[in-house]
Parts: sequence; structure tokens; C-alpha cells
Amino acid sequence: MGAVDLGKFGFFTSKLDAAIGWARKWSIFQYPFVTACCGMEYMATACSHYDVDRFGAGFPRFSPRQSDVLFVVGTISHKMAPVLRQVYDQMCDPKWTVAFGVCTCTGGFYDNYATVMGIDTVMPVDVYIPGCPPRPENVIDGLMKLQVKIERGEWAGATGVSQRPEELAVPHTPNAHLVLRHDEPEGL
Amino acid sequence: MTPQDILNHLGERFQQYTLGSHAFRGDATVMIRHEGLLDVARYLKSEPLLAFNVLMDVTAVDYKTFDQVPFNSPSLTTPSPLPFFMTSKPVADEAPWQRHAGEDQRFEVVYHFYSILHRHRVRLKVAVMEDDATVPSLTALWPSANWYEREVWDMFGIRFSGHPDLKRILMYEGFEGHPLRKDYPVNKRQPLIGPKN
Repeated sequence: MGAVDLGKFGFFTSKLDAAIGWARKWSIFQYPFVTACCGMEYMATACSHYDVDRFGAGFPRFSPRQSDVLFVVGTISHKMAPVLRQVYDQMCDPKWTVAFGVCTCTGGFYDNYATVMGIDTVMPVDVYIPGCPPRPENVIDGLMKLQVKIERGEWAGATGVSQRPEELAVPHTPNAHLVLRHDEPEGL
Repeated sequence: MTPQDILNHLGERFQQYTLGSHAFRGDATVMIRHEGLLDVARYLKSEPLLAFNVLMDVTAVDYKTFDQVPFNSPSLTTPSPLPFFMTSKPVADEAPWQRHAGEDQRFEVVYHFYSILHRHRVRLKVAVMEDDATVPSLTALWPSANWYEREVWDMFGIRFSGHPDLKRILMYEGFEGHPLRKDYPVNKRQPLIGPKN
């Protein structure tokens, strides 16, 4: 006796993983870790004009234990990095991370003593949304890319490896205009 | 009192401490020796004609690389490839502004005072040596000086003698050096977690 085609009997068959992925994709409980000006654009995205509720992501949870996706919105300083890492560690598996804005992707125009040069140096990142700040359309594009990853069951935290896109891996030298002026200072 | 009146008043009273002063577009600035800071500050607060009861800001300036014009600095004849806001302005031939302090006095601590009663302001600059970067604390006179002075200590490494709790306020424990000093490397980072650069 071969495999029975359950479709004939009015059943819809699927893999359990695909069903769970589909369900997770449409109920993104996000934790907005808002530290800087990107937060305004995040709010614009989350409000009714752009309506992220269409993607099931309209419900921010302010506890990391209740959330699936960590939105890191805004510049992260070295003083803040351990806090961010702790928030990430508190989330339950599977968990996804979105780097929102170019400061979280690469450090942005900051190149100084205070700023983390991309949060993927301290934690795995799934989706990078560059922009200073990114427009809501850009954010929604990132959110849809995140949905694809969620549906496939991929998350960077599983391997601990985040893949920064090529265009964000540019040599980051905002001090280029200073290089000829000051050679490496002595001392310190 | 007009800014010039404030300067005249202080200049007469504290002739021995004053290094220089100027009133520019409504801002009065007095440059004094650091020995006289407490005397001048007490006078600013207690003299009824002045009555500077608000300490608005304390900050500092590092003059280590001041006036060192780089040979390749951008000018009007060599257009910079960078955007205008990243391009330093061409340096004028004769500097219109003087420091009134010696070359060995690397730092200046800058105080901004305001009088609610008279609605006038004054800026006080205190020159500080590099090897003995200490000025008296003003926390006893203006309690708001507490955190300002901690910030100046944190960023510039200038000590405030008599401060009740002089410790870092912005940078974290274990941070070495003072990041706004000119000899702190531009790219040097001291991350708490993550890779060192």
C-alpha cells in the first residue's frame, strides 16, 4: 500500500516545521531597544501610517523574555554593550536580531572611543537595515526579509555567526581627512 | 550691568589675578590665574551687583594642538574632496584671538555663570598647567558644580581639589585615559565586551 493522498479526503498536509515557521512569521513579538534618534523612525514605522500590524509585528513587548525579535534601534556605546548583550541572552530561543540604522550595522559615522562599531561584534545579527535613519519603507523591507528567515527557521543565534553584507563591510574611515594631519600620537 | 561693566568691575577688584578679558557680542569673558579662582568665584556669588547665583556650565579646553596649522590643511585654493561640514575652514593669517596664557598652560577650565536677578552672564576661564592639572572645586558655592566637575575630570583628567566625590561620570569603570585629551588616539577603543581594536 503506497502513500495515501490525504488531499483527496479534505486534509491539507504540510511539514510541521513549515507550519510553525508560517505561524511564527506572522506573530513577531518585538523588543525595541531604542537608544537614539532612529527611535523616531521606528515609531513612525510602528504607527498607523505604515502599519506594521500587517506583518504581525505591531505589538512591542517590553520584556525580553516575551519577545522573539530584538530591534536594536540607535547607536550602541561601549558602556551600553554589556546591557544589550544581557537583554539578548535573556530572550528565549529561537530569537532574531535586527540592526536598525547604520550605527548598529557598522558604527555609522562614529569612529571614536565611545561607540561600538556594529553590534554584530557583540551579538549575532540576522537583518541589517542601514540608513541614517532608515525610512519606514526600508524598515518594512527589512521586516519582510526577516519574515523570510523566520519562515525558513534560520536564526543567526543558532550558529552565533552573523553575516554582515558586503556593502556594509566597507573600510570605515571617517577620519580620512585627519590621517595626514596627525600621525599616530605618542603616549597612551 | 553690561558685559563691559562686569569686566571693568572684576578687573578693578581682581587686578592681581586677571590675565585678560574681552566682551564680544554680549559675552563677557575673564581669564584668571588659577590661584584666584576661589576668591573670584566667591565674589561673583556674594557681590549684590553681580549676584551670579547660577553656575550654568563647567567645561575645559585642551590646547595641546592649538595653533599648529597642518601643512596640508584645506584652503580655498585646494578644494577638499570631503563635504563642507568635514572640511576645516581656512586659517586666517593673523589670529584675531589670543589665549592670554602661557604655552605650558595646556588646559583651560571654562565656567559659565548666570544671574537670575540681573539677567547677565559671565564666562570665567582658568588656565591650568599640564603636570599639575588641579583647580579648586566650586561645589561648596554652587552644588551644580558637582557633576560638571566630574565630567571634566572624566573627559580631560583635570582634578578638582575639595570635590566630595571625584570619580568618572560618563565613562565606565576600568576606562583608561581621558578621551577628550588631544593625545588620546582618535580610534582607540576600550570595549567592555567584544573584540579589541
